[in-house]
Amino acid sequence: MATILASDSFIQFDDVHFRYGNRPILDGVSLSIPQGKLVAIMGGSGSGKTTLLRLIAGQLHADRGRVTVAGQDVQQLNTAGLYALRRRMGMLFQFGALFTDLSVFDNVAFPLREHTQLSPSMLQDLVRMKLQAVGLRGAASLMPAELSGGMARRVALARAIALDPALMLYDEPFTGLDPISLGTIALLIKQLNQALGTTAVMVTHDVHVSLSVVDYVYFVAQGKVVAQGTPDEVRTSTDPFVRQFIDGAPDGPVRLHYPAADFAADLGLQGIQHA
Amino acid sequence: MLNLLRGMGHSLVDAVWKLGFICRFMGVLLAQSGQSLLRFRLVVREIYFAGVMSLVIIVVSGLFVGMVLGLQGYTTLARFGSADALGALVALSLLRELGPVLAALLFASRSGSAITAEIGLMKTTEQLDAMAVMAVNPIARVVAPRFWAGVLSMPILAAIFNVTGIFGGYFVGVSMIGLDEGTFWSQMQNAVDFHEDVLNGMIKSAVFGFAVSLIAVFEGFDARPTAEGVSSATTRTVVTSALVILALDFVLTAFMF
Repeated sequence: MATILASDSFIQFDDVHFRYGNRPILDGVSLSIPQGKLVAIMGGSGSGKTTLLRLIAGQLHADRGRVTVAGQDVQQLNTAGLYALRRRMGMLFQFGALFTDLSVFDNVAFPLREHTQLSPSMLQDLVRMKLQAVGLRGAASLMPAELSGGMARRVALARAIALDPALMLYDEPFTGLDPISLGTIALLIKQLNQALGTTAVMVTHDVHVSLSVVDYVYFVAQGKVVAQGTPDEVRTSTDPFVRQFIDGAPDGPVRLHYPAADFAADLGLQGIQHA
Repeated sequence: MLNLLRGMGHSLVDAVWKLGFICRFMGVLLAQSGQSLLRFRLVVREIYFAGVMSLVIIVVSGLFVGMVLGLQGYTTLARFGSADALGALVALSLLRELGPVLAALLFASRSGSAITAEIGLMKTTEQLDAMAVMAVNPIARVVAPRFWAGVLSMPILAAIFNVTGIFGGYFVGVSMIGLDEGTFWSQMQNAVDFHEDVLNGMIKSAVFGFAVSLIAVFEGFDARPTAEGVSSATTRTVVTSALVILALDFVLTAFMF
């Protein structure tokens, strides 16, 4: 664990607090994501994982604490600075978030057209290369509505890497995919990380696939980092939270039941027992 | 009673807040409009969807409104023995009042609602977020072109509405009822003043176009990112636009004529 975190950190969270209205989401998160590594942030639904990604991308602002990306304090950046930083990021959204009025080709070409002055032939070659990388060069002329969930996610991935980002953010990349698409996406994410040396943060609750591709894992629960380690350390961990998460046990440190009034009382049985 | 009072105060405060949001949104929108004016093709594309695609409803409605004006105007004018003034009546009613107002109401329900629904759905499906993360400002790239397309389309649509309406009136008055064609046109020519009637009508429709487009893009951008959120935003666009058009029409008319 020490060896991995020893390399330069690309992203740094220092005691970050965040709340939506009165609901605390993050309650003092500190973590570090090293340059060139593929790091997963795991936790149950609603544990604030996606909020972490949005803080990195500067879409949300922390109430307290510091988020540093590539040496810059994201909270302090003005709009121009934030947009300059975002040009070096790619984000894969949970459901792809493809532009529904543009074809697959135009979706992938979108960031290139917005941010570069490439000639049409150059643009075409680049888009074809990105689509080839995700195996969908043949689907260039399709519209997003004609794609399956797995294909849409791959197109979104091609679009996210169009500008060769230094940082990739993956929001639940495995959710709702069949096993084959899931394996394909996992492989693509791994290849991207290794071939381009991209730093990558993956937010997920899919333990087994993630452990096979990532370099390091943080577990988040109740707004805090509760456990961390390399995949091997995690697999052999005895931490009750990690065990529950990996084994998929319904009850443990994370309760199955949403906090509620006493069940018997809710059913109106309490009086009968006493009678 | 106290609850009623509290509720009224609450909705008043909400309305004031919303007005503030709209004004701030308008400021950001105008500040971010540079790109869409430089890359005018983005606006042209939206003019096609908002303006050109509204032509059918505008032309058909204009024609029928003009025909009804011809029939109603003739029966009323004939009672006073001044049926010859039908051309003037049709043209003045359309240019000063009915053209700008009805075209704006039709535009709000045809294109305003479509713009709201489109932007709202783009928000719901995270397309706007995706754009922002790609360092492309969604207000500059998505909202501003649609807004300017609406602003530019509205006066032209109103003008087309007026022209087809006048032809509707001509058809009823001259072809069906058999008024003298020369009188119809010359009466109209004498009565209509370019500055007083045509230009003021155009100013009206420009103001309506600005208001309707602003409401449509704001409601879309402000929609709750759910199916119900988009549907209620679309409804609000049509209702708010209609009320704002009629209220603005009163104010503008009071100042102009």
